[in-house]
Amino acid sequence: MLRVTGLSAHYGRAHILDGVALEVGPGEVVVLLGRNGAGKSTTLKAIMGLVPPSAGSLRFLGREIAGREPFEIARLGLGYVPEERRIFHDLTVMENLEVGRRPAPAGMRPWTPERLFALFPGLGALRDRPGGRMSGGEQQMLTIARTLMGNPRLILLDEPSEGLAPVVVERMAEALRALKADGLSILLSEQNLHFARQVGDRATIIEKGRIRWSGAIPELMAAEAVREQYLSV
Amino acid sequence: METLVLQALSGLASASSLFLVASGLTVIFGVSRIVNFAHGSFYMLGAYLAWTLVTSLPRGHLGFWGGVIGAALGVGLVGLVVEVLLLRRIYRAPELFQLLATFGVVLIVQDLALLAWGAQDLLGPRAPGLRGSTGILGMRFPDYELFLIVVGPVVLGLLLLLFHRTRWGTLVRAATADREMAAALGVNQRLLFTSVFVLGSLLAGLGGALQVPRESVNLHMDLSIIVQAFVVVVVGGLGSLTGAALAALLIGELHAFGILVLPKITLVLVFLVMAVVLVLRPHGLLGRPQDRAQPATGGAEPVIGPAPRPLLRLGAAALLAAVVLPPFAGDYALSVLTEIAILILFAASLHLIMGPGGMASFGHAAYFGMGAYGAALAAKWLAAPMELGLAVAPLAAGLFGLVFGWFCVRLSGVYSAMLTLAFAQITWSVAFQWVELTGGDNGILGVWPAAWATPKLVYYYLTLTLCIGATLLLRRVIHAPFGYALRAQRDSALRAEAIGIDAFRTRWLAFALAAVMAGLAGGLFAYAKGSVFPTFLDIPRSVDALLMVLLGGVQTLSGPIIGAIAYTGLQEQLVRLTDLWRLLLGGVIVALVLFFPQGLAGAARARWETRHGDA
Amino acid sequence: MATLEAEALRKSFGGIEAVRGVSFAVQPGEMLALIGPNGAGKSTCFNMLNGQLRPDAGRVRLAGRDITGLAPRQVWRLGVGRTFQVTATFGSMTVLENVQMALLSHHRRLGGLWTPVRRMDRAPAEALLARLGMAEQAGRPCGILAYGDLKRVELAVALANDPRLLLMDEPTAGMAPPERAALMALTASLARERNIAVLFTEHDMDVVFSHASRVLVLDRGTLIAEGAPAEVRANPRVRQVYLGSGAMQGGY
Repeated sequence: MLRVTGLSAHYGRAHILDGVALEVGPGEVVVLLGRNGAGKSTTLKAIMGLVPPSAGSLRFLGREIAGREPFEIARLGLGYVPEERRIFHDLTVMENLEVGRRPAPAGMRPWTPERLFALFPGLGALRDRPGGRMSGGEQQMLTIARTLMGNPRLILLDEPSEGLAPVVVERMAEALRALKADGLSILLSEQNLHFARQVGDRATIIEKGRIRWSGAIPELMAAEAVREQYLSV
Repeated sequence: METLVLQALSGLASASSLFLVASGLTVIFGVSRIVNFAHGSFYMLGAYLAWTLVTSLPRGHLGFWGGVIGAALGVGLVGLVVEVLLLRRIYRAPELFQLLATFGVVLIVQDLALLAWGAQDLLGPRAPGLRGSTGILGMRFPDYELFLIVVGPVVLGLLLLLFHRTRWGTLVRAATADREMAAALGVNQRLLFTSVFVLGSLLAGLGGALQVPRESVNLHMDLSIIVQAFVVVVVGGLGSLTGAALAALLIGELHAFGILVLPKITLVLVFLVMAVVLVLRPHGLLGRPQDRAQPATGGAEPVIGPAPRPLLRLGAAALLAAVVLPPFAGDYALSVLTEIAILILFAASLHLIMGPGGMASFGHAAYFGMGAYGAALAAKWLAAPMELGLAVAPLAAGLFGLVFGWFCVRLSGVYSAMLTLAFAQITWSVAFQWVELTGGDNGILGVWPAAWATPKLVYYYLTLTLCIGATLLLRRVIHAPFGYALRAQRDSALRAEAIGIDAFRTRWLAFALAAVMAGLAGGLFAYAKGSVFPTFLDIPRSVDALLMVLLGGVQTLSGPIIGAIAYTGLQEQLVRLTDLWRLLLGGVIVALVLFFPQGLAGAARARWETRHGDA
Repeated sequence: MATLEAEALRKSFGGIEAVRGVSFAVQPGEMLALIGPNGAGKSTCFNMLNGQLRPDAGRVRLAGRDITGLAPRQVWRLGVGRTFQVTATFGSMTVLENVQMALLSHHRRLGGLWTPVRRMDRAPAEALLARLGMAEQAGRPCGILAYGDLKRVELAVALANDPRLLLMDEPTAGMAPPERAALMALTASLARERNIAVLFTEHDMDVVFSHASRVLVLDRGTLIAEGAPAEVRANPRVRQVYLGSGAMQGGY
């Protein structure tokens, strides 16, 4: 579905991504693990076209998307949920969803606000609430719902559990599992290994802009040395 | 009583017209963060196009209203072209560069309009069906004015509906808040911005077209409306439609009643109101602080180091030429050289607050003019000799710089720039309207240099010494701790405060120092010309200073010097070569913005650095 | 006497209480860590300590003197150095110039209009950079520096003030683990050597548990634990809201 090879990016003269390669199959949840500043967010932004990649290939649904504008990439069926949530504060919940709305590809059951309120029960009661007056957890739900309104085939989720209370994280994990059951592919960046374990099929570890390890989640749980080296238990 | 009601109604009609133009400006700013100087030109084009269409189409309702709508659509099309060819490429450029580019468009449109419609005022027909007047409280009030009173609120209502009840409006508001996020959700923000710009231009064109039955169409409409529209938009709060409507109402009524009550200070009144509003509400009536503002420049400002050796050599050679060659030059050349020396100091003084200071000033001419008037008034009323006059000039300008600066440096960005403009316009109005003191439009004549400095060559050397000396002093200041503190607060106000730098005081003193230097330049200019006029403090002179600094490049110390020479030289040559110098100058400015976004000196520096590797 | 005392600090934003009555003290030479989940109020606390935010209620005392409500630049004058969560340096100046500015400010020589900065306080600035292992970077502009290096520049700037108190907001974010340990070890040795009190927030628990002499845990605006690293680590409440245990264990 998504195949990234040799992806590099620079900031000024500093290398922030150096030959990143990863792959997400249909209906698969891949977790990009790594510390702060390892390059997780940048990888997702580069895939989305928000950070210009300096080299590499990004193939999505068989098409090369490197160098395309973010809005074109989004229209091809790639959704992006940023770490900082970036809710439109002056817009209501319904208006936020409206911004994300795009027609569904043929054969896909389109997302509607009602379907999303069933997935994220908290949101339904807040339809006319401006985004700026919601709690962090509610905003996190809304930002995912907003992206789903575009009926994406794959979503890039940047640290969805960051800064959320454990109980909210639980709910988030449930929602992601439901999305996966629905056939959505997900590439998510995480620092929280336990969360990753609950939702992920495979893990890829990034450190200083390079991929250091890739494998199935159970393999990672078995490979204590890897976890110690890159994720410093 | 009846007069008051009619006056209030006519105030409403002006407010309505003003709102049409201002709404377009504020909509464009809200979305693109571009301060569009060319908005007044679109208004003027709307009026001219409407005049042509209405006078050439068959008479009657269809001809007239068709002409008005056609003109608005035509201007929308012009907006489309300007956005696609020019603005789209510079959305990420610093604010002032965008302003410069749109100013280039102003110049181009002025000459194109001159070519197409000639210099004489054009009178259009009155609107069919609205030629009469209606009796109100026993007095007659023109129907067309009543119609205008209705148009404003209708347009406001339609715009509010458009922005709050349509998908397009929702997308625009989303993109206004966070362009990148909107794009990541599949919104083609480029198309969106173009459509907003077209809408804004269309509103300006409509505003202009609707003026045809009211007043003559002429080539001065652009600048006179843009200043008023800026005031309305800023007073209302940048980007706020309802704010613009409130402000238009305020300004319209103020005008209507100001003429009755205080005819002496009508010109000043509007700017006084703007100054008061901004001092009380730094973001206008309904504006909000701009959070998540896009960074003004792409990357960090460059480091300022000692000048590279070749540049020093070049500067020394130029200075040597400036000292050695003039004895062989004629009187005209000496006048031009004197003027260039003065403008170098003027530009360098503005550069201090714009470059290292990171503040924008649209009203720097105030301090130049204040210096000139200081010297001239001292000569006229106190019979002060030139030596004293030249001491009074910087002191007077510096004093006003301290007072005005205290208000201006508290605000940020466009608001601060607009407040500087307001103060400049206030001083201009005083010079213009306080005839007893300043001679008004006739200026003050007979400001002659002392006997020893009367020969043109001597006066040139005097000017050169003072101006180059003062410019070098400014340079020294920029390298000294004070100049570093000034840059520090620009780079990171947070960090500056955290290491004990008083950002406000630093900016304030820099503003006053810039005023002192501009005042010295103004004083020298007064004695060079032998007279002073209100034009010394008018907007075009402030714009000249801006252009010189931006042309040269804000980020380099040699920028203002090169900018002053290039701009004066360019203008001098173009005026001599062709009547269409505005068209050419505008074209050159637009080209420079597109191809030399760092200014001339900045571009030279970039070349130098790539060739020699950076320090 | 404690270098810094916070007494019942409170702050709310738009009706939401971010900090609700937080009190603690930092002793000279001590490394005190302030930890807690995102949004617990750590940064708000920090910003009230050096005057960036005015507390709604409560007092801040520096060496016994009440500094509540003073502006950040006044707090700096009293000997407080600060680093930011998102680094703030002067991007148009070199590393050396950034440190020189801090030294010039400390010596109250910032008003100078004549002598160029490049001839002022150069040697002490270079010495300070050398102490932090930044000598080679001295001539580079801060605008193009890597994030970890910027963190070090901030530390150098803070130290230029000859501070009695250092406030460090996530000092090692964006650094590689060995760098983190080295920077914190250096900070700890400087703190001991110069008797500086250090208060820092941190997300890397390795850093916290190996370098802090004491740990405070903040959750939803209230202190829920305070004590030696080992005690805090074992505290069930802390494990529950932050460190994690059982079902939703956080971190690695």
